[in-house]
Amino acid sequence: MLKKLLPFVEHVIKKPVWDCRMCGQCVLHSTGMTCPMTCPKTLRNGPCGGVRENGNCEVIPDMQCVWLKAYDRKVFLPLPTVWKDHFNELRPPVDMRLQGSSSWINLVTKRDQQTPAGWSTTDGAH
Amino acid sequence: MSLMREKLENTNEVVFTAEFPSLDGGGMAKVVKNAARLAPWFVGVNATDNPAAHAHASNTASAIAMKMHGIEPIMQIVCRDKNRLAIQADMMGAALHGIENISLLTGDDVTAGDEPETRRVFDIDSTQAINIARIITTGKYLSGRKIDPAPDFYISAVENPSAPPFDYRIERALKKYRAGAKYLQLQICYHPERLEKFCAGVAKIAPDLKLIPTIVLVKNAKPMSFMHDKVPGIDIPQDTIKRVSSASDQAEEAYKLTVELAKHAMTLPSVRGLHVTDFRHDDSLDRFMYDLGQKPRN
Repeated sequence: MLKKLLPFVEHVIKKPVWDCRMCGQCVLHSTGMTCPMTCPKTLRNGPCGGVRENGNCEVIPDMQCVWLKAYDRKVFLPLPTVWKDHFNELRPPVDMRLQGSSSWINLVTKRDQQTPAGWSTTDGAH
Repeated sequence: MSLMREKLENTNEVVFTAEFPSLDGGGMAKVVKNAARLAPWFVGVNATDNPAAHAHASNTASAIAMKMHGIEPIMQIVCRDKNRLAIQADMMGAALHGIENISLLTGDDVTAGDEPETRRVFDIDSTQAINIARIITTGKYLSGRKIDPAPDFYISAVENPSAPPFDYRIERALKKYRAGAKYLQLQICYHPERLEKFCAGVAKIAPDLKLIPTIVLVKNAKPMSFMHDKVPGIDIPQDTIKRVSSASDQAEEAYKLTVELAKHAMTLPSVRGLHVTDFRHDDSLDRFMYDLGQKPRN
């Protein structure tokens, strides 16, 4: 029941605010409260090289680059330091199996922390 | 050991790289012709992966062909067209053929190409791809499945020193370095002060990361205007374009500008070489290399 209800509630709350795409492994806190899944290339580790001179997106020329927004917010919003520190961590590939599930449940159960067995990083981050 | 690794890790020599022209037909004869033109000057040459979202002979096939004809390939893999399985398959395919230089890129969007209706993949991003290449060198796939013996990749990536957010580009270079990139080929940059700031920043926070800025040889102002207008991420100051377009000898002025940019780039911290793109203008390439004090290799 909760498994069916929570994704709906989460979507209703997060869609209007962050344009949430329900990836099920939310990283908003570490990306300046900006959803990286709204990047047309769904980049989770920073902007591509196609950001226009005016700061807009390569793919959608009248939209500001999602990562430019994320970086500005990280710098200027009064977010907890620990969240800001996570900005440059290497975020692992998206687990496509979690698409549509509640990231809140996945956070509590730590399902969103699971990475492929071979995944490792050199900087201690995920 | 790849020559790129040998030169960049064990010597202080300036390393020049180039782009192999995309292969659409003409068979090996075309490979031979281009190899002959590039071999005298370049330590490594990029085998591109559907550049600007246009389909061509594949990255792996091109890299193998280049290797067969005496060119050391830097095999690019972009994240636009392949999921993580296909990207790892590309890496292992390269390893199978003794290709060690692997460069991981996000890739231009499909809308930049001639088939904009294509489904974009972007299953993983370039930094994750770099990290996966590094993981493979430790003897396992992303899944953890063993690879024995482990391939020995010399991993690189690209970065744009001249696109917003400028400050973050430096941190992103560090991120790519931590993921496993040993050097970065940089996007074309007509803002020397931006390149300067980027190189200084990288030298400070990732001193072992080597930088190879890109220099493009053009014959007149037209390709400069094209890049400025049509290639997202490349901005060329109007004064710079005007300098060339208003010159009585546009080719000569464009050449002078290019040499100035190249010489300036080579003085910057962490810069270990140049990536030269030349739109197949053989005559100016030779002159350019001689003017930078280079001699043909062998």
